[in-house]
Amino acid sequence: MKKIFAALVVGASFAFVSPAASAHAFLDHASPAVGSSVSAAPTIVTLWFTQDLEPAFSTVTVTDKAGQRVDLGNALVPPGEPAELQVGLKKLPKGTYTVQWRVVSVDTHNTQGHFTFDVRGG
Amino acid sequence: MRVLLAVLCTATVLLLDRRAGVLAVAILFAMSSVVQAHGVAGQRFFPATILTDDPFVADEGSLPTITLSPTGPDGSQEIDIGTDLSKRILRKLDFTLHTQWAQSRPVGAPATTSWRGLDSGLQYQLFVNDDRESMGLVGLNVSWAGGLRNVTTLTPTFDFGKGLGELPESLKFLRPLAVTGNLSFDFPTQTESAGAPNPNNFNYGFAFEYSLPYLECCVKDVGLRHPFSQMIPLVEVAFSTPVNRNAGLKTTGTIQPGVIWSGKYYQIGAEAIIPANGATGHGLGAVVQLHWYLDDLFPHSIGRPILGRKS
Repeated sequence: MKKIFAALVVGASFAFVSPAASAHAFLDHASPAVGSSVSAAPTIVTLWFTQDLEPAFSTVTVTDKAGQRVDLGNALVPPGEPAELQVGLKKLPKGTYTVQWRVVSVDTHNTQGHFTFDVRGG
Repeated sequence: MRVLLAVLCTATVLLLDRRAGVLAVAILFAMSSVVQAHGVAGQRFFPATILTDDPFVADEGSLPTITLSPTGPDGSQEIDIGTDLSKRILRKLDFTLHTQWAQSRPVGAPATTSWRGLDSGLQYQLFVNDDRESMGLVGLNVSWAGGLRNVTTLTPTFDFGKGLGELPESLKFLRPLAVTGNLSFDFPTQTESAGAPNPNNFNYGFAFEYSLPYLECCVKDVGLRHPFSQMIPLVEVAFSTPVNRNAGLKTTGTIQPGVIWSGKYYQIGAEAIIPANGATGHGLGAVVQLHWYLDDLFPHSIGRPILGRKS
């Protein structure tokens, strides 16, 4: 009987005491799109994730083919858009650029990734 | 969802004992900071595969795994219902449990339902290399005598995973490919039981995966949307070869093409089962599996290591 009671307590605890579930934040899509080729140089890179982010531990950088930073270093999670990460860009000439991101979701799972996009005209 | 898990946890504790209940409560209220599990190496996500062992420690469970086996060499048919649990003890150390029930339908005899027995394991994460999208794991599995088994078998194992994200630009559409594999060796604790030899077996299996999530997030956004953007087509193969005392036993194995759909809190896998040779069986079988990410469902309680503040 005690065993049954203990089991019910544990089960009820998992059902009602556990905090809201969350999950890993993976990149859902981006602008400019992953692997895309754009005719006009973008002024901002925006990433949308599958989960809300922890702003203090989420960052994104953009580099050119020589590895030089071309972002403005102002990465942020916009207010009211907790699953979004943005960074401003310098004026980009024609070329291939790499977006490198590292984020922590609100439940503290960390993930990272990178992709490229091309600018056809500066 | 939480209610379902609560029911499962309650049943689990009932099957264990009071100490397990106390432990579960302790886990529930434990606090720590960083969580990382799953098969994640850099931007590579390795799903839990059905046939081959996974190369990562985890807080995950499969319930149920339903298998309709191909027709056996003797013409018998079998349906299995199984369940698995992986639970981290430390950040890089977990234990595993597996059991299943089988309904066998021998030719010319009535169907029988029986418990297959219990498997347990202890696994250590040797390495995870984010830049190389690779990981390795060593473990010791034990198939306990009981149920349909009359001998306990010890099986040391090495599991690995490798993504091909480092391929050059000219091969970028092959970057979503990944392979996981496992190599193991069976050591039965008795050379013979119930009048039959118990050979040492060499087991080897591989899963070849093409990750559509990886294609979308890291190579090229080709416009796939849910649910297709979360699918991972794969082919699994696994073989077991007796190396001694084989008494006419042959290599057996299956080839299993299928697909895994991975969501936030669970994944669903379905594969066809093709016998690799006549010693394995003939015809087609199938397997479906519902697999739960406990670390994502319960990131602050049972989804974390039992011991240690960081994961």
